[in-house]
Amino acid sequence: MTSDTSYTDQEFSLIGTRPIRPDGVDKVTGRARYGADASAPGQLVGLILRSPHAHAKIKSIDTAKAEKLAGVKAVLTAADLPDLTNGNRASYDVLENCMARDRALYDGHAVAAVAAIDEVTARKALKLIKVSYKKLPHVTDVDEAMKDNAPIVQPHVRTAGGDPDKQTNIAQVSTFGHGDVEAGFAKADYIVEESFKTEQTHQGYIEPHACLATLGPDGQGELWVTTQGHYTFRNVCAELLGLEVAKLKVTSSEIGGGFGGKTHVWMEPVALALSRKANRPVKLVMSREEVFRASGPTSSTSVDVKLGATRDGRIVAATATLRYQDGAFPGIWGMLGAMTSFACYDLENVKSVGYDVLVNRPKVAAYRAPSAPMAAFGVESCVDLLAAKVGMDPVDFRLLNAAKEGTKASYGPPYGPIGIGPTLETVKKHPHMRARLGKNQGRGMACGFWFNFGGQTCCDLNIGVDGTVNLTVGTVDVGGSRASLSLIAAEELGIPYESVKCTIGDTASLGHNDTTEGSRGTFSSGMATIFAARNAIEELKARAAQTWEINAKHVEWENGQAIAKGIEHSNLGPLTLEELARKSPTTGGPIAGHNEVVADGAGVSFASHICDVEVDPETGSTKVLRYTVVQDAGKAIHPDYVEGQFQGGAVQGIGWALNEEYIYGKDGRLQNPGFLDYRIPVCSDLPFIDTEILEIPNPNHPYGIRGVGETSIVPPLAAIANAVSNAVGVRMRHIPMSPPRVLKAIKEAQMEEEAQQQVSAG
Amino acid sequence: MNYEAPATMKEASKLMAKAKGEAYLLAGGTDLLVRMKSGMVEPDLVVDIKRIPATQEIKKTSNGYVIGAGVACATLGRHKGLLKDWPGVVEAANLIGSDQIQGRCTMVGNLCNASPAADSVPAMVAARAKAVIVGPKGRRTLPVEKVVTGPGSTSLKKGEIVEAIKLPKRESRSGDAYLRFVPRTEMDIAVCSAGVNLTLGPKGVIKQARVSLGAVAPTVVLVPAAARALTGSKLDDKALDKLAAACEAACSPIDDKRGTVEFRTEVAGVLARRAAKIAYERAGGK
Amino acid sequence: MTGVHVSTTVNGDAVEFVCPGSESLLDVLRNRLGLTGAKEGCGTGDCGACSVTVDGQLVCSCLVLGAEVEGREVTTVEGMARGDELHPLQRQFIENAALQCGICTPGFLVAAKALLDRNPSPNEEEIRYALAGNLCRCTGYDKIVRAVNAAAKDLAREAKRSGKKRKRA
Repeated sequence: MTSDTSYTDQEFSLIGTRPIRPDGVDKVTGRARYGADASAPGQLVGLILRSPHAHAKIKSIDTAKAEKLAGVKAVLTAADLPDLTNGNRASYDVLENCMARDRALYDGHAVAAVAAIDEVTARKALKLIKVSYKKLPHVTDVDEAMKDNAPIVQPHVRTAGGDPDKQTNIAQVSTFGHGDVEAGFAKADYIVEESFKTEQTHQGYIEPHACLATLGPDGQGELWVTTQGHYTFRNVCAELLGLEVAKLKVTSSEIGGGFGGKTHVWMEPVALALSRKANRPVKLVMSREEVFRASGPTSSTSVDVKLGATRDGRIVAATATLRYQDGAFPGIWGMLGAMTSFACYDLENVKSVGYDVLVNRPKVAAYRAPSAPMAAFGVESCVDLLAAKVGMDPVDFRLLNAAKEGTKASYGPPYGPIGIGPTLETVKKHPHMRARLGKNQGRGMACGFWFNFGGQTCCDLNIGVDGTVNLTVGTVDVGGSRASLSLIAAEELGIPYESVKCTIGDTASLGHNDTTEGSRGTFSSGMATIFAARNAIEELKARAAQTWEINAKHVEWENGQAIAKGIEHSNLGPLTLEELARKSPTTGGPIAGHNEVVADGAGVSFASHICDVEVDPETGSTKVLRYTVVQDAGKAIHPDYVEGQFQGGAVQGIGWALNEEYIYGKDGRLQNPGFLDYRIPVCSDLPFIDTEILEIPNPNHPYGIRGVGETSIVPPLAAIANAVSNAVGVRMRHIPMSPPRVLKAIKEAQMEEEAQQQVSAG
Repeated sequence: MNYEAPATMKEASKLMAKAKGEAYLLAGGTDLLVRMKSGMVEPDLVVDIKRIPATQEIKKTSNGYVIGAGVACATLGRHKGLLKDWPGVVEAANLIGSDQIQGRCTMVGNLCNASPAADSVPAMVAARAKAVIVGPKGRRTLPVEKVVTGPGSTSLKKGEIVEAIKLPKRESRSGDAYLRFVPRTEMDIAVCSAGVNLTLGPKGVIKQARVSLGAVAPTVVLVPAAARALTGSKLDDKALDKLAAACEAACSPIDDKRGTVEFRTEVAGVLARRAAKIAYERAGGK
Repeated sequence: MTGVHVSTTVNGDAVEFVCPGSESLLDVLRNRLGLTGAKEGCGTGDCGACSVTVDGQLVCSCLVLGAEVEGREVTTVEGMARGDELHPLQRQFIENAALQCGICTPGFLVAAKALLDRNPSPNEEEIRYALAGNLCRCTGYDKIVRAVNAAAKDLAREAKRSGKKRKRA
């Protein structure tokens, strides 16, 4: 379908209020069931054996001893997962990532699996599997991997559109932009050109991947799993295992965080295959170490940015070269980096080139506004530098160059009404910008963009005999969407919020829903819920007409009741939803509404963040003193959870900016696969995160909703880098700005200054 | 794996002495269980010493304090006498991990785990703490700095158990302090650390000092040159500069996931300066 | 396998179980006693999702052996509410939207209760440091700190009220 255009600037009675979430009691009492909380009678424990090498040929795998161990019910290798992908390379990549075939491609790559009666036995069995490896040269750094003599990660890969005979790690080169950048730079009075690096980070959801798989010899199966997309998981598992889609029922458990990392299958097809082989349910739960080594972190990057401006502060040319590593399998991460890099600005001449590069690291997955934060780090750092050269305040400089309605986005389409300007205006007026800074303190700000996504969506809305409503949706609730969708259903029907019970349907009870990604949950299921409710209202009106024995066109729905319109019907009192529901058994049976939609028109989202830091000049340690998020939500359905998304994204960004990083040794092995040395922010690291919700309606949604989940992680890297740079007087170009990096930068600057003083003194 | 929780230290020592295969003592378990989880160790026997009453005691004696091997670090933090006499040791012990870890971890465990980054060890070394060791051949005491011989290795013999830590009696006009550097505010292992313990003579002149550093060498190091830099001074800038230089000279760290050689060396000096100032103030110096 | 027979008290109920000597209290609670409120986020004491108390002391149950709790009193998130009445912390976590995915919530509640039991009126910094052993990746901790603060005030009001009642009696 094309975008919905039924947006009206209506008055709401429930939307924008803050009722308590329907899953609250379950979650504070320990009753809520997550991926690892389900069990089945006779279940086995599954465990996976993983490669200790960054890159190795698998010469042989001897499973005989493991198979003979008492209590072992199934041992699995790639031989048990034949290639059924019919030449679909993307699917084959998923299969190969689930279980290495002839080569282990990264430290942690699965090479075998077992299912046994308990964990002690399964652990013993893993030790009895003998894998004979031949180590191969490896590469883990994105710039190294692009060199001509780099070890090749995937021999079949050719650069799309490039030399068909040349093996390469560059899977894809993506170019975006318009205008003539050379001509633009020629006009520039000031030019800034800088290079940046960011290290690899992980989504760091607290719940490890977990599933309970049952698959019988009849090809019928069930999968209970922590996932952002149970329909997608069903399709992928069915394809890899040769099952019929309808015969595999996938239920999404409560999800303990995903942030993009639970959009892909990792070990779920293996769990199903183990279950099929053992003909018993298999529970497979990753350890934290496995999550770090073998799920899907985000790219490490290397980014060059060049900006030119005229004396009056207009940016006249902008280019970026963005190199993103995809892990061992081709992805679209460099492409997304190139698309998002200049999206905040109104640019006549702009060009961005993204490289997708293979390395011997785990397959990269989405992480909240994937690829945008690293691009924004480079661009927003340069915007600050250029503003300084021009001699303008960084906020004014951004305002002058900000994209607006009608601007042709650097990635192609023209913008509708957008929020970048309003967020900057809000920042400009914010008291945070005028707060005084002390010694060793600095302030920074930065902007961020994310596309947002809609996608395939459907829902059912069933009215019970007492007038309460079951709303069944297919998007996973990752952060309170059951509350917002219940609000929407109640608003539309005109009934109390408490009368709606929202449930996430399994794959057997609803049609396909795309994965909950791209900040689409409340946008798309909200849209489907509105349409389903309107669908049900039509039926309610018909039932009222039938009851009154009048023509349905004389019936209107107002405030939760059917009203007969016209003087001739003034004797007919209203019929409430509850009254109509109670009569439904005799007026035609159950009353329901449905909707199936491709929810196009997800409104783009912008944010501007302000950050104050203090840096200890003797240790390089950075403390975030104050943080403010300003973001456009389109329409905030449940403001508590909108604020929650703003705050959570900002803090993930703070962690990324300051301390989080994958550290690989020379041997290509991950050295910090745990929460001790992969340092996500703890409570005492942070101040309160202030938020300002702006509402610039998305014209392509009946309520004006835009996705809100992702944009908040985009500005922090740059905002904090700008703040730290301002605090220490040295430009920070490498993230995370861990204390050793900051201290080194301070020392180098001091030495340079001293050297210059000596020169001028001499 | 066998689990034993003997009621006496003698019994525990016997179990450890005659154990076949891998045997480990369990006090707080905050290191042992992590290593078991990762598969780094696969014990055949674990001997839990927390059911031995003496391991749970903090005793004040005429010679100082005796702290049982099973005393959780959180308990140290609630002991008013210890806090007053050895604030540096207590704050070091209280820096280990979260509240959850504090409820379990012990100084003896921290010592015997033999990590150069152990928080309580530099503070104990600066404090002249001694380990009381029981074994098949009876009891002996050993200065804390003699217990650890390298990363993960100790001078303890088979069947020997550290049953307590002895802290000396506090002299008047003394103070100690411990500081570590971690990237976050909590939950990290020291990238480097410094412990300072000093006693003042007349007019605020430092009469005696001990300075130790953590995570800058294979074991915690005592730095006599750093102590000499302080002795005889009133902690003026010159003494502090000398202290920092002596500390930097004593560092022989490695580059690893937690820090670089350069960073550890530089920051060890910074921390020693800062810890010395706190210790000096605690001793009554101005 | 050598099993250890353990008699203990969990949330006020006497329970018995047999587990391998190497099995953690967390695995015992989840897999043998059916108490899945405590979660395994890391298994190494770094995330606090498995927080419980043993004899009133806050611990990570992943770093305690099941065998160790013989004769002790274990309390988990399942033991926080009194009958159908939620603990003020539980109530305030819901009212302040202090959870998004909720996987860390049981651990936070147990740790926050341990804090308020020992310090009934903590300031923001005390709350933040007391909860530093509990990782949350969704909320940025903002609403969690506010919820704990609000619950502390509720508890103080309750204590004042019951104090007055006692006086009258």
